[in-house]
Amino acid sequence: MFAYYLDLALRSLKRSPGLTALMMLAIGFGVAASMTTWSVFRGVSGDPIPWKSSKLFVPQIDVWGPQQMSGPGAPGGVHEPPDALAYADAMALMHDHRATLQSAIYAVAPTVLPTGAARSPIPVFGFGVYGEFFPMLDVPFQYGSGWPASDDSDGAPVIVISDALNRQVFGGDNSVGRNINLDGKDYRVIGVMKPWNPQPMFFDVVDTGGFGGDGPQVFVPLQRAIASGMENAGAVNCPKGVQPGAGATGLQQSNCVWLAYMVELDDAPAVQSYRQYLDNYARTQQKIGRFDWPPNNRLRGMRAFLDYEHVVPDDTHVSLLVSLGLLLVCLVNTMGLMLAKFLRRSGEIGVRRALGASRRAIHAQFLTEAAVIGVGGGVLGLLLTALGVVFVNRVLPPRLADLARIDPALFLLTVAVAIIASVLAGVYPTFRAARVQPAWQLKTN
Amino acid sequence: MEIRPIFASLRKHRIPALLIVLEIALACAVLCNAVFMISQRVSDIGLPSAIDEQGLVSVTLRGTDDKLVASEIPRNLAALRGIAGVQQAAITSSLPLSTNNWGWSFGVNPDSVIANQKNINVSLYFIGENGDKALGLHVLQGRFFNGDELADSKFDTAPLPETHAVVMTHAAAENFWPGQSALGKTIYSKPYYYTVVGVVEDVLRPNVSTTNTRKSYDAVYFPMSAAGSKGALSYYILRGAPQDRDRIMREAEQKLAELNPGAVAKGQTYMDIREKYFANMSSMAWMLVLVCVVMLAVTAFGIVGLTSFWVGQRRRQIGIRRAVGATRGHIMQYFQTENFLLSTAGVALGMVLAFGINIYLMQHYEMSRMPWYYLPGGALALWLLGQASVFGPAQKAASVPPVVATRSV
Repeated sequence: MFAYYLDLALRSLKRSPGLTALMMLAIGFGVAASMTTWSVFRGVSGDPIPWKSSKLFVPQIDVWGPQQMSGPGAPGGVHEPPDALAYADAMALMHDHRATLQSAIYAVAPTVLPTGAARSPIPVFGFGVYGEFFPMLDVPFQYGSGWPASDDSDGAPVIVISDALNRQVFGGDNSVGRNINLDGKDYRVIGVMKPWNPQPMFFDVVDTGGFGGDGPQVFVPLQRAIASGMENAGAVNCPKGVQPGAGATGLQQSNCVWLAYMVELDDAPAVQSYRQYLDNYARTQQKIGRFDWPPNNRLRGMRAFLDYEHVVPDDTHVSLLVSLGLLLVCLVNTMGLMLAKFLRRSGEIGVRRALGASRRAIHAQFLTEAAVIGVGGGVLGLLLTALGVVFVNRVLPPRLADLARIDPALFLLTVAVAIIASVLAGVYPTFRAARVQPAWQLKTN
Repeated sequence: MEIRPIFASLRKHRIPALLIVLEIALACAVLCNAVFMISQRVSDIGLPSAIDEQGLVSVTLRGTDDKLVASEIPRNLAALRGIAGVQQAAITSSLPLSTNNWGWSFGVNPDSVIANQKNINVSLYFIGENGDKALGLHVLQGRFFNGDELADSKFDTAPLPETHAVVMTHAAAENFWPGQSALGKTIYSKPYYYTVVGVVEDVLRPNVSTTNTRKSYDAVYFPMSAAGSKGALSYYILRGAPQDRDRIMREAEQKLAELNPGAVAKGQTYMDIREKYFANMSSMAWMLVLVCVVMLAVTAFGIVGLTSFWVGQRRRQIGIRRAVGATRGHIMQYFQTENFLLSTAGVALGMVLAFGINIYLMQHYEMSRMPWYYLPGGALALWLLGQASVFGPAQKAASVPPVVATRSV
């Protein structure tokens, strides 16, 4: 029976090809525009480490006290602690080692001096971290691995480099065990990462703004980086009225915040006890007179922290809303056209009913026709979405455009919405037409 | 024109008519807001800045030795001035829209410390000899730094320089001393104080806030000597004719790389810096334009489709009307009036919706209030769109011959 209804539907659509094309175009455009912007939105706001993001947390400690407003857009006078840690706190947290895995992080921008006189120096971007950073974030390695805890405490001159830097300096060979010169000092390569450039750069959004660049090129033990005078290349925020003393020592002794910090906590009790630990830590600081305010800490999950930092630009949110508006306009448009078309066919329905078709059969026939339009629009939407993504790749800066991927599940959902909307548009007139007595319909027309 | 028959006929097609009204309303609401957003982006992208943007080239030099810059900077500048077409070369700590911001806050009272709530946050630019000429700054009042001020200025241990002269933008001067001349007045951040020796036309900060353009120009220039700069000066700026800028940039980059083999030189024209700063914004604007165009097209097609359909359905009635004396003009008018009524209802609803959406966006995102004229503007656009789309089908309706009335469908 379905084949017959399909045949009827196609005949009916062929009878008014212009209108059919219009309906399908409207659905197609709506689906394509909303999908294109959605894919960009998903790209920028997406989870760079979905298998683990629920276990990663960012501790914040109120080192400045309630006199200082901080945090991006602290809403309605709620006092938020600063979004990074001061050196003393980061070191205390590292020392206490209460999470499964943890690492303090700070951005560095040293210069690599390749061997051979003709090679020019390469400015690189990277981070001073602890060895636990690599297993915590599942950093993929091509050769070697991260460094053991002993290298952290000894401040060993070891380094993890990116695949790109390995190509540039060592021609892509397995360079583990070889030396690389950073700011005039030799470091031994202990690991070479596979291409790894999570976007947003979730482990240090305060310094990186979340996006940018070709990914970190070097990782060195944090203590080693500080000892060898690698300056902090990221943001330093000081409480108002405080100027850090000169040099790296001054910064370390100040209450200025400049270290990112991330911990892995495997389950809810662990999160709870870590919160407890942070509060106890702040209370101890209060006791020894460093803070003269009660504990005011945060332990945000990684994704919550990204939201809190407004990593996804407002523009992207807003343009997503605009596209949803467009989808709505397109669906309403299709429903209008479909209603007009179906309502006019009460005569045909009367004839079919008089010839013995049941109400159910009428419903089935018309809903099939509506569904055909929805499917047609959906397929057109698929093609237009492909075009839209090409367009996005042309106009968006590459760092954002690279992130725009079409999510198949979501695409299916949108097409499903389109089909449901067109079927809904078919239901009302069919219902109305099928209810009336066939004899009456035959007479009036 | 009698409109009662139109109402009577619309009442028979209540649901399609309602959907058309709804579609126009939605389109009007989205259009108003999208166009408003586009206009905001466009005005942000075009924020004026009183430097010679067309002819300016910047080369940043990274990886130099801070102890050697006292001799290296003058040597590099001399070499840069030797490039054909370079009118002036100088060195500075940052450029407008370079995102390389150095901020500080000052007050106007001698006891102002940096933590004062009433202080004004400004961006600091440290600049060497001839910096005004290289940038193309317009001095409105007073003067630029003299040789002594430039030679004496240096950094010690604090992040503020040991000098007492500054030049500020007109906007900053207005913010510090509204309605007064800033010349000879002093800004304080205890224990530092600086006297204003000149006021220049407004120059943008390295980072501008897109929500408050009033503060986008709060910039202050400090003199700085090469010897005392402690690595703060890293932007070499060159000024030439706009048509030479690409060549000047390449040659300058090459020259600095040759002279400083241990450092990395990166050249950019100022136009590139501006374009890069606003790249995201302009692509978002283009995306919104695309969405608007598609939406208007879909709305127009919807109106064409539905009206054509109604025309087809009413061929017989039209024939009868024509047979009993209605002119082609009457028939045209009928459909145009019908569309006008539907559009009016649509835009009335749409303006309310547009206003509501704007309020919602203001509450949840960094969005400012939409000026009132966007509402009637959007309404007018949809009215015109409606009339334009109904024209074709209405003409088709008008061309229905009276003889149709005598045929049985």
